[in-house]
Amino acid sequence: MARLLSPILLALILALGSPAAAQVPFGEASTVKEGLEIGTSTSEIAITSDFRGADLTVFGAVTNADELFLAIGQYDIVVTLEGPKDYATVRRKERVLGIWMNTESMTFEQVPESYSIASTRQIDSIDSAPALNNIGIGISHMTLSPIGYVGNAASLNEFREAYRRLKLSGGLYQNDTSGVRFLSSNLFRASLRLPANIPDGVHMVRAYLFKGGELLLEREQPLRVVKTGLEQAITDAAHNRPIVYGMFCVLIAVVTGWGASLLFRRD
Amino acid sequence: MTVYLPIAELSVNIFIILGMGAAVGFLSGMFGVGGGFLITPLLIFYNIPPVVAVATGANQVVASSISGAITHFRRGTLDMKLGTVLLVGGLLGATVGVWIFSWLRRVGQLDLFISLLYVVLLGAIGTLMLMESLRAMRRAKQNQPLPLKRPGQHNWVHRLPLKMRFKKSRIYLSAIPIVVLGFVIGVLTSIMGVGGGFIMVPAMIYLLRIPTNVVVGTSLFQIIFVTAYTTMVQAATNYAVDIVLATILMIAGVIGAQYGVRVGQKLRGEQLRALLALLVLAVGIRLAIALVVKPQDVYSIAVGGLSY
Repeated sequence: MARLLSPILLALILALGSPAAAQVPFGEASTVKEGLEIGTSTSEIAITSDFRGADLTVFGAVTNADELFLAIGQYDIVVTLEGPKDYATVRRKERVLGIWMNTESMTFEQVPESYSIASTRQIDSIDSAPALNNIGIGISHMTLSPIGYVGNAASLNEFREAYRRLKLSGGLYQNDTSGVRFLSSNLFRASLRLPANIPDGVHMVRAYLFKGGELLLEREQPLRVVKTGLEQAITDAAHNRPIVYGMFCVLIAVVTGWGASLLFRRD
Repeated sequence: MTVYLPIAELSVNIFIILGMGAAVGFLSGMFGVGGGFLITPLLIFYNIPPVVAVATGANQVVASSISGAITHFRRGTLDMKLGTVLLVGGLLGATVGVWIFSWLRRVGQLDLFISLLYVVLLGAIGTLMLMESLRAMRRAKQNQPLPLKRPGQHNWVHRLPLKMRFKKSRIYLSAIPIVVLGFVIGVLTSIMGVGGGFIMVPAMIYLLRIPTNVVVGTSLFQIIFVTAYTTMVQAATNYAVDIVLATILMIAGVIGAQYGVRVGQKLRGEQLRALLALLVLAVGIRLAIALVVKPQDVYSIAVGGLSY
């Protein structure tokens, strides 16, 4: 890990050392645009058969920062890792004739299958809720728009809440309000936890810079999560060549059954 | 030691799966049943998604039925013609069954439906078997001879048209009830992940009056092809057959079965049947409890917009 990180850190420090960044006179900063740079500890995560989750470290730097705002801690960083998006159906069970069965359901449009967020503070204290809702940062501000007919607003909220609660308790959604640390006045590090059941596909690392409670800049970088080895081969076969895969399953069964009857024959 | 199941998408303890396969294999060898009706509920109890449990259960039955069928084929106690007619119904039934299965999955009622079917079938068969074996035990105690049932007696089944002659079974019977029976078993195979021998064998003996000596071999013949077909259709439509899970279960199962057969030969028939009946009832009751107890969370999430 350290071997991977050091070149990133070095590059960032060099970037910061550029004259333009260092020589902004105090007080004139408002005329200069801030910059945001990020780098991740790895660009690919491999899911092996003994995968138990992983940590992703995101390094970043705020360039051309306003010294005054920095000093009073008015810069905030939010880093998110968003998984591939898909429809998600939430179902509710009710007791019918003594038996618990799914009665109502609601399908949300294109929501990330996994989502981790790390920030310098509670993200609700960084900005006002309506503003966060508009940009959709944070688990409680994520857009969950139902498709089809929705009976009433109250049940919509219940389904949304259940969705967030289940995702959080299942570990696919994670919230770390102190996951971003400033290493120096403008260099920061964010740690994001990837759960063991993280879906494979292209994930997006996004970093947001807030200044005085307003979103200033946004950077993104892809992170590929891939299943490796036998697991990947099996999943690929099952989905891309299902007939051959099915035949192979039957073949294994025939060989096992036949082999056993030959092996244990008693006549 | 954990092993990752790529289709079920979860990590499980390999020794628990091996133990499950060996235990069910042992019981299936002891009682002469396929074991699908035990393996599928056990997998569901162990948090394997019911979709995967059912599809993988069907695959496992292929392995556990094949050695029995080979033995019967060698002994000449397998009626190919009768088996083929059953199979025609079975393949049709399995096709319809997988279609029902996919539809239930889409509307979110699959898990409930699987549990309900198991509760009803295991409850009914367990009760019938227990009553029958208790009666037999009482009779054995009083040294009463078995009441003679004339196998030649005819019922409404024998008045149906489209009669065919089955030389090996020495019967002349309409193809309609055979195809219908095969169809019903095929539907059960694809929805429950069972071979269906525990329904087919009594139905063939008591309803169709097929001579007992060819019944088991012929039903195994049908079961192998229907479960193999179901495995392939489930793999192609629901992507639900977990090859890793199936392989572990099959290997443990066929070994367990060998020991089960030896123990089974030493026990008395009616006691054996009473034991199996109690086991079947216990699994059914466990599933019934899960249906009526309030779940920990009434909400659940499924990936994909399947409700439309």
